[in-house]
Amino acid sequence: MTTVTSQNKAARLSDSLDAQALLGMLSQMMAIRRFEERCAQSYQQAKIGGFCHLYIGQEAVAVGSVAGLQPGDPIITSYRDHGHALARGMHPNYAMAELFGKVTGCSKGKGGSMHFFDKPRHMYGGHAIVGGQCPLGVGLAFAIQYLKEPKVCACFLGDGALNQGAFHESMNLAAIWNLPIIFVVENNSYSMGTHIARGTAGAEDLSVKATAYGMRFARCDGMDVLAVYDCFKGLGDAIRSGQSGPVFVDCQTYRYKGHSMSDPQKYRTKDEVTTFEERDPINRLVNSLVESGRATQEQVDELDNQAKRQALDAVKYANESPEPDVQEEMFTDVYSQPYGPYKLGQLPIMLTDSEEGQST
Amino acid sequence: MTAMRQIQYREALNEAMCEEMVRDERVFLMGEEVAEYNGAYKVSQGMLDQFGARRVVDSPISETGFSGLGIGAAMYGLRPIIEFMSWSFCLVAADQIINNAPKMLYMSGGQFPVPIVFRGNNGAGGQLGSTHSWSVESMFASVPGLKMAIPSTPYDAKGLLKTAIRDDDPVFFLESERLLGFRGPVPPPEEDFTIPFGQADVKLPGSDCTVVALGRPVHFALQAAVELAKEGIFCEVIDPRTVRPLDIDTIVASVRKTNYLVIVDQTWPFASVAAEIAMQVYERAMDDLDNKIVRVNNEDVPAPYNRAMEQEMLPNVRKICEAVRAVTYAA
Ligand SMILES: Cc1ncc(C[n+]2csc(CCOP(=O)(O)OP(=O)(O)O)c2C)c(N)n1
Ligand SMILES: [Mg+2]
Repeated sequence: MTTVTSQNKAARLSDSLDAQALLGMLSQMMAIRRFEERCAQSYQQAKIGGFCHLYIGQEAVAVGSVAGLQPGDPIITSYRDHGHALARGMHPNYAMAELFGKVTGCSKGKGGSMHFFDKPRHMYGGHAIVGGQCPLGVGLAFAIQYLKEPKVCACFLGDGALNQGAFHESMNLAAIWNLPIIFVVENNSYSMGTHIARGTAGAEDLSVKATAYGMRFARCDGMDVLAVYDCFKGLGDAIRSGQSGPVFVDCQTYRYKGHSMSDPQKYRTKDEVTTFEERDPINRLVNSLVESGRATQEQVDELDNQAKRQALDAVKYANESPEPDVQEEMFTDVYSQPYGPYKLGQLPIMLTDSEEGQST
Repeated sequence: MTAMRQIQYREALNEAMCEEMVRDERVFLMGEEVAEYNGAYKVSQGMLDQFGARRVVDSPISETGFSGLGIGAAMYGLRPIIEFMSWSFCLVAADQIINNAPKMLYMSGGQFPVPIVFRGNNGAGGQLGSTHSWSVESMFASVPGLKMAIPSTPYDAKGLLKTAIRDDDPVFFLESERLLGFRGPVPPPEEDFTIPFGQADVKLPGSDCTVVALGRPVHFALQAAVELAKEGIFCEVIDPRTVRPLDIDTIVASVRKTNYLVIVDQTWPFASVAAEIAMQVYERAMDDLDNKIVRVNNEDVPAPYNRAMEQEMLPNVRKICEAVRAVTYAA
């Protein structure tokens, strides 16, 4: 087992990123933050149904990892999936429309918050059964290896998924077959109200999970987008070039909001939340950019205004989008080769209707 | 059609997989002991030698892991065949096979089809006790998004498996360990034959009573028909071959002719495939029935180990004869 830490101050891969790339990451984090704030509001207004899990606080993980990987690398995650979809470039309109259950949504209103998919952007889904995406991620990596493609799969999971059998079987399969996959634990310390120390053996040092499968381990500060970028850029390139097999990454992060929209948060103190908010990934990048003169405060403010406008536009788009024709849409997409009462469906308009659908 | 050959059910399955793997590079086989051991039941005999370890893959005993792997690989564009040593063992992978495979297309708004075949032995009869004696058709048939085939002969095994592998949807393919050595006519390899899903096969034409059966019980129904013919009762034995889609039209047409229906089903009676077929026949042809529909299911108990008890728990020839006599008022 090798331990890679991103604290190597000497030379960081992110040092070579130009201001435009850095501002790109910043604006993505802002877009996710503002999008999620609008989600919360729309949820309160009962525009959004079901469960809704916000990504606020964890933005650096999706944005930094996606930036460090290649656009064609498949990613797959849990139900806390809005950030990953937006980081991959899904237009917020289609994301918000999905939350509103509209036919213009990324999954035509049939998936909802926990089931975002974006095929052109190689986003293989939000998956709502804890740990259930891990074997699927291994399958994506298996296919990459089978087809001899120079790609890497990133499989995101919550710390709670560490306690699922599916996760352990997946780690074992990835290790014995040396598959091109990065398992990324978005370790926000909690699965709902259960602190990781109460639910996970070896919680104080998750490298033991990698050791158990003879797998490479990395730890990174998930509140620092550049640290996440460094970690994924390094690992992605190492796997792609055959210098590394699968890797297990402990990305330490924090969710500021409740587990879902109905969480009184009795299990943690306000102080604890504040401590992490002080390390906010967006502020951190803003400060570093402004202090080093790579961006002005005005530039940064303008990006944030853009993010706010975009989120508001997304709500407007979702509001104005049509409801599906219930009888018509209900029976489509059940089968690719339908029979009996089932019908072929049309692809989501995200894929067909505009340049937004084009893969990056 | 060129001359038929007599081959075993297991050879038919093997031929179907080999032919499809030659035809399509995206098809691979994965499961426990499928490669170096040549198959726990020798269904994949010789496939490792023919296709190599990239395409015939021995998996560790991780049903959740490798069935989910297959689904992920299918989402990426491959066409996996995932072998369960027995369908009894698929239960530990329930989330992957019934939550992920059949729902992915719908939940993704049509973006991600899952062209995968899950196949393996289904059914009791080997004195293996309850854990190893599952028949899963009733439990899974209610899940929209999957297709399900249950071949009863080598001919059907080959033709249906080739269709399953070419199908773009997840197919649950339920074989019978008790039939693996059963021989029957199958077209020669050079003939690329497939059997479309949703087409029942009239295994024996008859005029007096319709007997619907699936999988191994088809053979019990045929034996019962021989017995009953001696008594002057001529059964029409219909094998739907696939449960999803279900060819209810062929069954109904037969019922309209015979006016009597017995359904044989190797699963437990409550909410079973037999119950579903009965309901669908009532919905379409109640007025054509001259008696109530009679089901021959498993007894509603776990599969026992004791041989006599096990045989009595399953549908068998005697029970089918009794059911037909009763329903046709010949008893
Ligand atoms: C198999 C399963 N059991 C229980 C749940 C209910 N549930 C949803 S999220 C969750 C907590 C998961 O926490 P974690 O994996 O740490 O992810 P996070 O919410 O922190 O992103 C639970 C128990 C579920 N979705 N799936
Ligand atoms: Mg967590």
